[in-house]
Amino acid sequence: MAVSTGAVIIDYGSGNLRSAAKAFERAARDNGIDAAVTVTADAAALATASHIVLPGVGAFADCKRGLAAVPGMIEALEEQVIRRGKPFLGICVGMQLMASRGLEFETSQGLGWIPGDVVILKPSDPALKVPHMGWNDLALRATDHPALAGLSTGDHAYFVHSYQLAAADPGHVLATVEYGGTVTALVGRDNMVGTQFHPEKSQEAGLRLIANFLRWRP
Amino acid sequence: MLKTRIIPCLDVKDGRVVKGVNFIGLRDAGDPVEQAKLYDREGADELCFLDITASSDNRGIILDVVARTAEQCFMPLTVGGGVRTLDDIRRLLLAGADKASINTAAVTNPDFVRQAAEKFGSQCITVALDAKQTGPDAFEIFTHGGRNATGIDAVAWARRMAEYGAGEILLTSMDRDGTKQGFNLPLTRAIADAVPIPVIASGGVGNLQHLVDGVTEGHASAVLAASIFHFGEYSIAQAKTALAAAGIAVRPITEVAA
Repeated sequence: MAVSTGAVIIDYGSGNLRSAAKAFERAARDNGIDAAVTVTADAAALATASHIVLPGVGAFADCKRGLAAVPGMIEALEEQVIRRGKPFLGICVGMQLMASRGLEFETSQGLGWIPGDVVILKPSDPALKVPHMGWNDLALRATDHPALAGLSTGDHAYFVHSYQLAAADPGHVLATVEYGGTVTALVGRDNMVGTQFHPEKSQEAGLRLIANFLRWRP
Repeated sequence: MLKTRIIPCLDVKDGRVVKGVNFIGLRDAGDPVEQAKLYDREGADELCFLDITASSDNRGIILDVVARTAEQCFMPLTVGGGVRTLDDIRRLLLAGADKASINTAAVTNPDFVRQAAEKFGSQCITVALDAKQTGPDAFEIFTHGGRNATGIDAVAWARRMAEYGAGEILLTSMDRDGTKQGFNLPLTRAIADAVPIPVIASGGVGNLQHLVDGVTEGHASAVLAASIFHFGEYSIAQAKTALAAAGIAVRPITEVAA
């Protein structure tokens, strides 16, 4: 069924958006979802989008500055995601930006949508490397969430990060992985979800999550 | 838990796949995009392209290869070879690469690694170290396909690259590359134990036990090989089975749809 009329991937100078856009196009096409995928730095595009995606790679504070430097973008996000309730997906640092604060290099404010801080990974086993880089198996806490339809505990996703979102409300954590302790893999509330992993790099499981998101009408 | 990655590498020259023996005597064996799709289907954990064109005339060709691969393979892709400027990295990332691998330029201008990590984030900066064992506990960085000695201690260099912001290290045992005798394990272990970031072991893989050894004895976070996969001697699935049999956690291949 055609339920998405247009997914917007926000371009604020953070990383490669081509492969993300290609993954969204593939997920839509393979699942019969009629969704145009637009990569844009134009805040006005959020008003007509059905689904909003905030990617992000690099450091939290840099990403926040980059996002804040796009005229009207943070205001448009607040308007469309918080007030209008459009489905939102944050990816990697885009997910971390949903938090209250980031503590990478310097303390900076996040969007404040998921209360909590973004803190450095400290695996209990000193032999474990940071960044946490590679494939890890998800432990789902919210198996009935529409974004996780068809996914199971044990499915693998691709991670590359040195910080994680420590959510103040455990109810906002929808999935975790083990890496010398419990690491937040997926957060969400209401109309928003965020993945620490890269669904656009996570082969079948990732494409499934993207398709679920594009179908989602919270 | 995090799984040990198996990374097939494709050496690409002028847009075609090749693999040399000690970087001499290249054999041409196909279209890199087709190979990449095959590895994707087989459940490779990442892909790596090493562009050995390196001459400026045909440097742009790899960007097209990367772009066509990124349209069809939804898995991490690292591209190295001839990465010398921030603009080189930007072009690779825009084409669809996830990580750029810096090799010689890191030696000639270490600060380039710092600049690249600050600009693009450590997660997409791989530093490729080509090293040889020069004594019982001596490991040295070499450049230019292993021909040029630098006098730089490989372990100290790896630590420095990590401090400069490298997200991971791609370590090639240059004294083993193309020999099929296995990784230089003392070298691999010395580097892997010295740095806080992941180390990918590369160079010299001739059989699946070599991959196992790179993890269990070399302490590598990932293993990279070219010819054993490229010439069909072993499949990715066989490699995963071998690692799993040795007690190494790998991402199961069954969940990857054909």
